[in-house]
Amino acid sequence: MQKLGDFKLPAFFNYPPYFTLQPVRDTREKQVQLWRELILDYCRTQKVFVIALEEEFPLFSNPVIERSLNNEARETFLSALVSEGRAEWLDKGHRKCLILWHRIQDWADLILSFVKDNGLEDNVMTVEEIRSGIESRGTELHGMDRTILMRALKLLEHKGKLAIFKGTSADDEGVKFSV
Amino acid sequence: MGSNNFFPAVSVTSSGRPVLLPNEVECNLLSKVDIEPNENDAISFTPLKSGHLILTTHRLLFLSSEKSVAIPLSAITHIFSSKRSLKSVFHSPRIRFQVSVTGDNRILDSDPVRVTNTHSVVITVIVRDKGDWELFLAKLWESWRGRAWETTSESVSGTGSSSVSGSGYGGLYGSDGSVRMVGVAGILRKEQEMWESTDKSLQDAFQDLNALMNKAKEMVMLAEKMRQKLLSGSGSQTNSTNEEEMGSKEEMQDWLLSVGIVSPVTKESAGALYHQQLSRQLADFVKIPLERSGGMINLIDVYCLFNRARGTALISPDDLLQACSLWEKFDVPVMLRKFDSGVRVIQNKSHSDEEVFARIKALVTKPETLQTGISASDAAMTLGIAPAMAKEHLLTAESKGLLCRDISPDGFRFYINLFPEITLDNLFLMKDYSIYSSWVKAASASGLR
Repeated sequence: MQKLGDFKLPAFFNYPPYFTLQPVRDTREKQVQLWRELILDYCRTQKVFVIALEEEFPLFSNPVIERSLNNEARETFLSALVSEGRAEWLDKGHRKCLILWHRIQDWADLILSFVKDNGLEDNVMTVEEIRSGIESRGTELHGMDRTILMRALKLLEHKGKLAIFKGTSADDEGVKFSV
Repeated sequence: MGSNNFFPAVSVTSSGRPVLLPNEVECNLLSKVDIEPNENDAISFTPLKSGHLILTTHRLLFLSSEKSVAIPLSAITHIFSSKRSLKSVFHSPRIRFQVSVTGDNRILDSDPVRVTNTHSVVITVIVRDKGDWELFLAKLWESWRGRAWETTSESVSGTGSSSVSGSGYGGLYGSDGSVRMVGVAGILRKEQEMWESTDKSLQDAFQDLNALMNKAKEMVMLAEKMRQKLLSGSGSQTNSTNEEEMGSKEEMQDWLLSVGIVSPVTKESAGALYHQQLSRQLADFVKIPLERSGGMINLIDVYCLFNRARGTALISPDDLLQACSLWEKFDVPVMLRKFDSGVRVIQNKSHSDEEVFARIKALVTKPETLQTGISASDAAMTLGIAPAMAKEHLLTAESKGLLCRDISPDGFRFYINLFPEITLDNLFLMKDYSIYSSWVKAASASGLR
């Protein structure tokens, strides 16, 4: 089985047409679905949050069969993710893509259960603490992308589960839970 | 008492063109023609209604949907000149001629010397259409007087003139024994001679054209003869010839096979029905090239082959296209097809894409091609067709979901379409005995991992 680091690659990764954007509709739909699954799978296990089109992304080329996706194909597959709510373009030029293997809502639910599990109701934490503090170690929240975290926190604030406020230091914000 | 066997029958090709005799050439054509016996004669045959009348160098061919018959020009004993009267202005034009008929009421079709008990019957051709019947009549006279049916292949040669002029003849008598004129009479005579010789050379010039046509016929005959020789020769002495000779022989055969529409349909001979007749002739012609190119042939190739076979009287691409598009109206075994890419081809009606797809599938599922895919030229070699044609087939197969493409620096290749076999729920799942699993086996066998 071919591997990328500790990520197991499926057999069709060595199938050359997998790396050429197929023009026939049915075939292309299946191809796009396969790429979506593979990208999400890879990002989840490897904790990849952002894919930049211009930068080298391990999935997008296969040195074994000497094939790689061209820019059009990359953008097509990422756009398919975006249209399904599993990714978001970070810029208008579609050069950087935020991958949401959990949707924002799912991330918010994860934060809530994290707060409950650790008895942090009515406590105050900084955003940075949630990402890299001792409490979140071992959970999916640990090391998560700040942009996604802020989006999830804002969603919760909107629902009245917490309040975000400016902290003492300029570069960090505080969160007061009120679950 | 109408006899069915009065006229000899004419065999017709599947596309409705008459089968001509060796060296027979079409000269003119009239449409919407009736043929009737003379009112005064005892009724000798049932009248023939609304058909085409084709004039060739040998025969008059009457073709209608019910019946196709011939009147050999050799049987015609007299052609009546058309009467110009007030009546004829209102009447449909008529062409009348007299033919010899044997005792058992058949038109005379063989050597008249051996058949004695003959009588004459007058046949009237009524021209219902506004064709140029006067030209037809003129051509009929020409063909009848030409007596092409008497010209056998042997008699073509040996017509060189044997005039040897004895020069150095002085005195009062010329070389041919005529009295040389002197004085004013001599000058006049010289003028006359000069005028005559100019006239003669002019006539010669026009005769040269006819001679050229005769020579062309000879060339076709020669080509035919050589082809026969090659065909008979290739069977007996293949052992002694080396590869190179065989190659050139085959090439030669190819050339010669493509020579030889003896009687091409021309605008002059077919008139208003030009495209219709051309269409039928083309349908007959493409059968052999179609067979050799696997049931489908590029329109451009057909154009070249057809014009090469015609030799002279070439047709334009537009004429070809029109002739092809007329096939829809006739019952011919071939059809014009346009691919999505715009490429136009001629193919047999019986030609099925399924068969081609089956062969392509067999090709791409071989263990070695599973791994490497195929290019258009690979497919062309296996299917025995032109690469451009093969590519059309591959693209059609792709659009049907049979194949998918791989574009890389190595080129444009096609693979068997594995996408439908891969399950989304489990990217690592592989059904046994699927093409996907045999592809994986082939991939691992070639040492990819």
